[in-house]
Amino acid sequence: MALIDRTARSMLLSELVSGMALTLKYFFKAKKTINYPYEKGPISPRFKGEHALRRYPNGEERCIACKLCEAVCPAQAITIEAEPRDDGSRRTTRYDIDMTKCIYCGLCEEACPVDAIVEGPNFEFATETREELMYDKNKLLDNGDRWEAEIARRLELDAPYR
Amino acid sequence: MPKVTVDGIEVEVPAGSNVLQACEAAGKEIPRFCYHERLSVAGNCRMCLVEIEKAPPKPFASCAYPVNDGMVVHTDTPMVKAARRGVMEFLLINHPLDCPICDQGGECDLQDQAVGYGGDHSRYHEAKRAVVNPDLGPLVKTIMTRCIHCTRCIRFSTEIAGVPEMGATARGESMAVGTYIEKALSSELSGNLIDICPVGALTSKPYAFVARPWELKKTDSIDVLDAVGANIRVDTRGAEVLRILPRLNEDVNEEWLGDKSRFALDGLKRRRLDTPWVRQNGKLVRTSWPEAFAAIEAKLAGVAGDRVGAVAGDLCDAESMLALKDVMASLGSHNLDCRQDGASLDASRRDFYCFNTSIAAIEEADALLIVGSNPRHEAPLINARIRKRVLAGKFPVGLIGAEADLTYKVAHLGTSAADLAGLLEGTHEFAATLHNAKRPMIIVGLGALRGDDGAAVLAACWKLASATGMLTSEWHGFNVLHTAAARVGALDLGFATGKKLAQMMNGGVEVLWLLGADEFDTSKISSNTFVIYQGHHGDRGAARADVILPGSAYTEKNGTYVSTEGRVQRGELAVFPPGEAKEDWKILRAFSAMIQKPLPYDTIEALRVRLEQVNPIFATLDVLPRFGCGDLTGPAGDATALSSTPFLPVVANYYMTDPISRASATMAACTEAHAPAHAVAAE
Repeated sequence: MALIDRTARSMLLSELVSGMALTLKYFFKAKKTINYPYEKGPISPRFKGEHALRRYPNGEERCIACKLCEAVCPAQAITIEAEPRDDGSRRTTRYDIDMTKCIYCGLCEEACPVDAIVEGPNFEFATETREELMYDKNKLLDNGDRWEAEIARRLELDAPYR
Repeated sequence: MPKVTVDGIEVEVPAGSNVLQACEAAGKEIPRFCYHERLSVAGNCRMCLVEIEKAPPKPFASCAYPVNDGMVVHTDTPMVKAARRGVMEFLLINHPLDCPICDQGGECDLQDQAVGYGGDHSRYHEAKRAVVNPDLGPLVKTIMTRCIHCTRCIRFSTEIAGVPEMGATARGESMAVGTYIEKALSSELSGNLIDICPVGALTSKPYAFVARPWELKKTDSIDVLDAVGANIRVDTRGAEVLRILPRLNEDVNEEWLGDKSRFALDGLKRRRLDTPWVRQNGKLVRTSWPEAFAAIEAKLAGVAGDRVGAVAGDLCDAESMLALKDVMASLGSHNLDCRQDGASLDASRRDFYCFNTSIAAIEEADALLIVGSNPRHEAPLINARIRKRVLAGKFPVGLIGAEADLTYKVAHLGTSAADLAGLLEGTHEFAATLHNAKRPMIIVGLGALRGDDGAAVLAACWKLASATGMLTSEWHGFNVLHTAAARVGALDLGFATGKKLAQMMNGGVEVLWLLGADEFDTSKISSNTFVIYQGHHGDRGAARADVILPGSAYTEKNGTYVSTEGRVQRGELAVFPPGEAKEDWKILRAFSAMIQKPLPYDTIEALRVRLEQVNPIFATLDVLPRFGCGDLTGPAGDATALSSTPFLPVVANYYMTDPISRASATMAACTEAHAPAHAVAAE
């Protein structure tokens, strides 16, 4: 009996018909695809994208070289060297992130006591060479300057949940 | 001995102990800030509170409460926990909580104990105080806002260092710790303030913001910048030595370390020899190892063994000195010297050149005579031990030599060897003091042995020692205080045979091999002498050299060192030598193969076996058995031929005594900061 049933179904192309019916159903539904890069999907305020080093509104860099991000980084992607600046304050002389090692876990951001290192909303930083992904302090500070408005808004949105 | 019950554990502690010690004996951890084993009890941080049964119902500061027999102590009752939490909250009222920028972060007692015993929040919302930072010189950085007023630094400088320069002014919230008059601390032990400060108020200035403790690799080593053989820990990151800290060794340095040993490490990065050099047409040019060896081999061809000499420097390890000795033997030379200062040391018996009493046993002595030495500059840790004994009471100290502030009271008996005569004849009153003492000791410094009458002074001191009962079957009170870490090891290996250094000068030898020897007048070397300098720094020796072989500094090799006590200790390699530089014994081993006379050892282990064959003392690592003196026969020398030329200080400037400290910017800053003091001392 089962044999007859199965044979009848395959002879009548029932799977093909049900497959085509599904296709036809989506044909009339609203489209989910977007025209990237001209259109972009929404991202959460907690999205972990490209790193940036922030500054205070007066232009002073926030990072105080406490090295907690370096210590917490599970991929050991961060390298920091520090020395007293001329005014005696503790600052980094070197702040490198190897973006090829980074796993975008966001622990550096969590560890930072002054909200200096953050993972911003930018995810479009693909490069043509590997070397370009070895970020240094200048690159990270530039990122911070470029994305500051966005980053500050995201931190504000996420603040109630912290 | 009173019996105390701590949390149900019964322990017996020596009478006079405090409750904190009893708790430690029971294995209970008591938080503390002001209490320190080696300092007097202050009892002002109130962190060590415990509850005691059958006593007034209040928490007791365990560090300041003596034990009684049958006392029952509780360390973890709700009352104790609440009391500690309250104390911690008070301590944190004025503490800035700037841990992220504090160099103590990660190794801070306050941080650890706040987590362990503190509460989770503070109820204090008022303004915090801020304190002006005093300048304590080029070594200690002060951030006095972080100070919790434990007064450890005040007690350390007053009690251990013997420079009562620190103190607290004002009271209550206005209390500020500092020097009354703003000046650099005039102590050779000031670096220890950094270690004993339980918070980040006193931190290391050269190490400021350099690294975090969790980044560092820690290697146990031995200090070589003086002859005490202090146990150190070398903290490195990558190829860089970042910090040197003392290791606990009750018999040697306790837990202290001299400033030079602690801070000269930046000298390890500067003026380094990292490639072989050969002199061509009067100028040194860079070359390769085979070419440097070939230059030496070419020069050695046809030179008689007796026309070759070797001098071992002050920082050498025993392995490299033995390798050099064996290379010299294969060349047919026995002209070896390690006494760059020309001191008359008698190597015929070990107790003629060692600090026989041992450093720890200074505390058992009851009279001391110092001859031609300034232990404060030559061995600050030994000076600290003498001071500790002086503070314990009934310890007369006599000094023959340049007058100096040794941080304790000294009877100045004279300035020259001739002043020993009065003591030898027994006419001087200090002779009676020595006679009446049960365990008197004498410290003979190299300042006394450098002169032409050095042998006579040595013999006279020994004679005085045997005449005043310093040499008995249980007690050996005769001590030679060295300043060079390599010296005793070199003498143990017999690195003082054949021509002396002075005889090698002015054409005494044709080929001179300097193993890190920089502490003599190289201008006396004849211009015809071919000089090979094997060492790590471009100092005096390298400047005169015809061939330079880059060796390794003490942090860059596995080496055995014999301290002035005769204690054999081993340091481990912390970082690799820079550039082309190699471990010193390996250089000599490679050279021996080049000249077709290979040394019979290929590994450091095999070399150490050979070391033990040459002198069995090298098999007794770290331990130093106590011994008396069985044979009263003194060293060779006419004990009466004493001159009246004043002894000169061995160490003119404590901060610069060797190639490493001379290359150090920190030590240069110290020299500058203390320059007036040194000028006065030299006069």
